[in-house]
Amino acid sequence: VFAGLDGKPLVSIVSAGLSKFGKNEGLYARELFAEAVKEAFDHCPRLEPKRDIKAMFVGHMGEAYEHQGHTGAATADWAGLLNIPATRTEAACASSGAALRSGVYAVLSGLADIVLVGGVEKMTHRTTAEVTEYLAMASDYPFEQWNGITFPGLYALMATVHMHQYGTTEAQMSQVAVKNHYHGTLNPKAHIQKEITLEKALTSRIVATPLKLYDCSLITDGASCLVLTKPELANRFTDQPVHIIGSGQASDTIGLYERQSLTSLQAAKIAAKTAYDMAQVTPDAIDVAEVHDCFTIAEIIAYEDLGFCQAGKGGTLAENGTTRLSGRLPVNTSGGLKAKGHPVGATGTAQAYEMYLQLTGQADKRQVKNAKTGLTHNVGGSGATATVHIYRSNQQ
Amino acid sequence: MSETPFTIEQFYKFIAQGKLMAGKCQKCGKIHLPPRTLCDKCYSQEFTWTEIQGKGKLLTYSIIHIAPQQFQDLAPYAVGIIQLENGLKLPGMITTLAPGQLHIGMPLTIDFGTCNTTQTWPQWPRYCFKPSKPT
Repeated sequence: VFAGLDGKPLVSIVSAGLSKFGKNEGLYARELFAEAVKEAFDHCPRLEPKRDIKAMFVGHMGEAYEHQGHTGAATADWAGLLNIPATRTEAACASSGAALRSGVYAVLSGLADIVLVGGVEKMTHRTTAEVTEYLAMASDYPFEQWNGITFPGLYALMATVHMHQYGTTEAQMSQVAVKNHYHGTLNPKAHIQKEITLEKALTSRIVATPLKLYDCSLITDGASCLVLTKPELANRFTDQPVHIIGSGQASDTIGLYERQSLTSLQAAKIAAKTAYDMAQVTPDAIDVAEVHDCFTIAEIIAYEDLGFCQAGKGGTLAENGTTRLSGRLPVNTSGGLKAKGHPVGATGTAQAYEMYLQLTGQADKRQVKNAKTGLTHNVGGSGATATVHIYRSNQQ
Repeated sequence: MSETPFTIEQFYKFIAQGKLMAGKCQKCGKIHLPPRTLCDKCYSQEFTWTEIQGKGKLLTYSIIHIAPQQFQDLAPYAVGIIQLENGLKLPGMITTLAPGQLHIGMPLTIDFGTCNTTQTWPQWPRYCFKPSKPT
């Protein structure tokens, strides 16, 4: 399908950075981004950023939070990279998944052989009602927003059908939250590093039936970035690159109501197929994954869309331990959007950051043993954008 | 033939008149609800208006408890996706019903007159869905 690519590295990650996720009071988005960039540059002493980095793509969803658009230029300047081509990518909560994909385009095209990709969002200074309104901007305006359908509301509409059609339960959804909060305790950069009980999740207050507070990801401030290069240049910068071997992106109707299916995200399935085909791997080859758990039902649907289980079996996978750190296929070892947090524009490359740590053996207490192949799945809106990337460690 | 544009704004002007109208492509016959200015199937720009029966069944629903600022006076309120004739679908609020009575597959009818609204937003022509009267 992809002549000449068949499982060979497309690009290589030679360094990565992540700000602390949480309430970062008094910091602007560009300052948070600088924190992530500092880690990535310090971690890669052979990189001379001003000399080497030729272009930059930064995911950022909303101007409303800080009354600030034009984030590409602003973050490039604050990253000490003034004058390089710097472009903001926007695809709602998949904004930095799209930045990563844009970086892959740039490197593979040959126009820029070393690229910084990342994302940022500053959200916690706004009220919950304001954030609810801003996030809803990623959904259809004249039909969904006009009818008061919130973001949790859209995923609730999917959850209602998933429960009806497959018998998925509220307890299975809550198990996703319990798992991801446990993983969050192992990640010192996670927004919330506290375990929760199944009962606490099940009895938390209702947001949009059947989704409760602990089915929802967090409103978080954070930034993330990666340094990408051509595979043949990677060893110039590090002895331990991580290779991206598959990259898929797809779109779907902006309105959930127009979709063929309410229990599956077609864009995610298409993006996954593209990435698997490019990487020449099947779902059973994946050792570790970060999936877009903006709501617990979204992680269950992700298992199915990515082929980790059959359609309708995601709830079972969530409760049988398979996707816990100790299981066969650990998912969201970072704590996911649920516990690490979901600064929307930063999420896609934050998932890739976790994969970089896992596949270079730097994930510390949450390290997945012998992890060789990883996957990230980043969704925008209610599924109108999805990106899927597949990674391979340098040791084979 | 109609001189009115096949836009979302025009769709809501019809809603204000109590009509649920879709655009029908003159070239390939695809019915667009909401109407489109360019047929996504055959790229034609020639359409006629066709009225859609406002009866359908509930595909899915949720009760929204945490609402955006503009809708907070209404919360909690029910929303859903309704399947109309020809496989057409619309999202909307569902009114005059106790939340526990909602179920997938229940028959609903569109309503133009007495939809819930708030002082602040929205003030545009509205439609909503109500349970169909038993026949």
